[in-house]
Amino acid sequence: MTDELYTPGTASIMLDGVSLRYAGRTSVEALRNVSLTVESGHFVSILGPSGCGKSTILSLVAGLRMPSAGRVLRNNETIQGPVTSAGMVFQKPVLLEWRSALGNVMLSAEAHGMPRDEGERRARDLLLSVGLAGFENAYPRELSGGMQQRVAICRALVHEPDMLLMDEPFAALDAITRDQLAVDLGRIFLKRRASVLFVTHSIPEAIFLSDKVVVMTGRPGTVSKIIDIDLPRPRSLHIRRSPAFGEYESQILRLFEEAGLLHDESGGQGGAAGPV
Amino acid sequence: MIVSRRAWREAAIYLTSAIAVVLLWWLFVRLTGVKEYLLPGPDKVLSNMWEQCATLLDETAVTAWETVLGFIVSVIIAMPMAVLMTESRAAYSFGYPLVVGLQTVPKIAVAPLLVVVLGFGILPKVIVVVLVAFFPIVVNAIVGFRTVDPDMHNLGRILGFGRVKFFMRISLPQALPSIFAGLKVAMTLALIGAIVAEFVGADKGLGYLLLSASARMDSTLSFSALIALTLLGLALYAAVALLEWLVVPWRRETDTEVRGSQ
Repeated sequence: MTDELYTPGTASIMLDGVSLRYAGRTSVEALRNVSLTVESGHFVSILGPSGCGKSTILSLVAGLRMPSAGRVLRNNETIQGPVTSAGMVFQKPVLLEWRSALGNVMLSAEAHGMPRDEGERRARDLLLSVGLAGFENAYPRELSGGMQQRVAICRALVHEPDMLLMDEPFAALDAITRDQLAVDLGRIFLKRRASVLFVTHSIPEAIFLSDKVVVMTGRPGTVSKIIDIDLPRPRSLHIRRSPAFGEYESQILRLFEEAGLLHDESGGQGGAAGPV
Repeated sequence: MIVSRRAWREAAIYLTSAIAVVLLWWLFVRLTGVKEYLLPGPDKVLSNMWEQCATLLDETAVTAWETVLGFIVSVIIAMPMAVLMTESRAAYSFGYPLVVGLQTVPKIAVAPLLVVVLGFGILPKVIVVVLVAFFPIVVNAIVGFRTVDPDMHNLGRILGFGRVKFFMRISLPQALPSIFAGLKVAMTLALIGAIVAEFVGADKGLGYLLLSASARMDSTLSFSALIALTLLGLALYAAVALLEWLVVPWRRETDTEVRGSQ
């Protein structure tokens, strides 16, 4: 790897009293008064049920959409348009089916004007680091869903983004692949330390990966609580069996119960029974 | 060039069924003793094709040229129109209903009129070919350009692609399979267009040969012309399919769909 040659720049992100209304025949309020910060080099998850505006926050931070009220700041400057220095991963891999795995990763290098051989070297390193060595020339349709999503993650990283925006990137994968990718992402994050904003509806996934979990409830989406996750890194999957992890899980479960999003008649007291 | 085992198997199946049809044809003629001017046997037709080889080749070349020329003109007109209707909302809402509406007009019926106006030269033939080949190209290209995943648009924006770059890097290549589906339909229709235009008014071409042979009740020659016509159609279609194979390599059939999983 070439990490010693490169010190990644990272950005801080701040949402200050952000609201968003979709104009239309029936105007829908997607977000109401959302404030949160992602300190430079931190991993922050946005956790909540479907339809609570999680993905909307991501598109605001990416500059793909503008808020109706409030400010979205990147390094203390208001975001005016698409943030091309960011890397983005979507729920679907959205790969170009006519390009090989390597070509897909290099698309982002080309778009950022990176010299060709430099881009190719980085792309190959990244594919190697996510276990895709030997698949550089495979077309997307020749790869499994998990492998495609790894390619998409490499594409988001190849230009050394100052922030990584991930919109439920593992939601379409099976549980085991999902765990593997979470571990891989944790490792990549430790190595690069870009600011990450990660949207998910999985409580364990959010705790496992994050420095901070923003719990949202919905319609219109509001921040219910922001929880700092104080678990040592690197984290192994077995950390999910630790008492501290279980404590975070039940804390978040209680938040969803209070919001009326979850009903548990038995009123159980001990922790790690949450849906994965 | 590696041709997959599956392609060989398919080719063998086509060949076998073609031979079976000829065999049945021959048996039918033999067993029923049907008159030659009603249905000549395949042996007669083949020997006639051999005798008339030069004529058949000349007429085939004429029809092939009209078809290919009309096809190319169709592509030249249809593709920019499709791009325009994809990129401009106004052009789309104005043009697309027009295109779909015009598609329902039986364009073959225009052929006699064109001969009256334009005479017996190659021009009316090319125009008829364009009229029939144009629509599938436009419609399929538009469908191809427009079916872009919304997240693909978001990806393009975050990569800083402007409209031109997005179109060249993403919309166009991802529309190619759909475009080629349209081109294949258009090519078969183009040949039909050329033949019909020749029926209406021509002094050369396979359509003319077919018509004059029927008029003289020369069924053997009619069948020879029909077979030449079929072979021409197959060749033109194969040419488009080959071009697709070259231009759209990522959709090629492979024996191994998934090379491995991890």
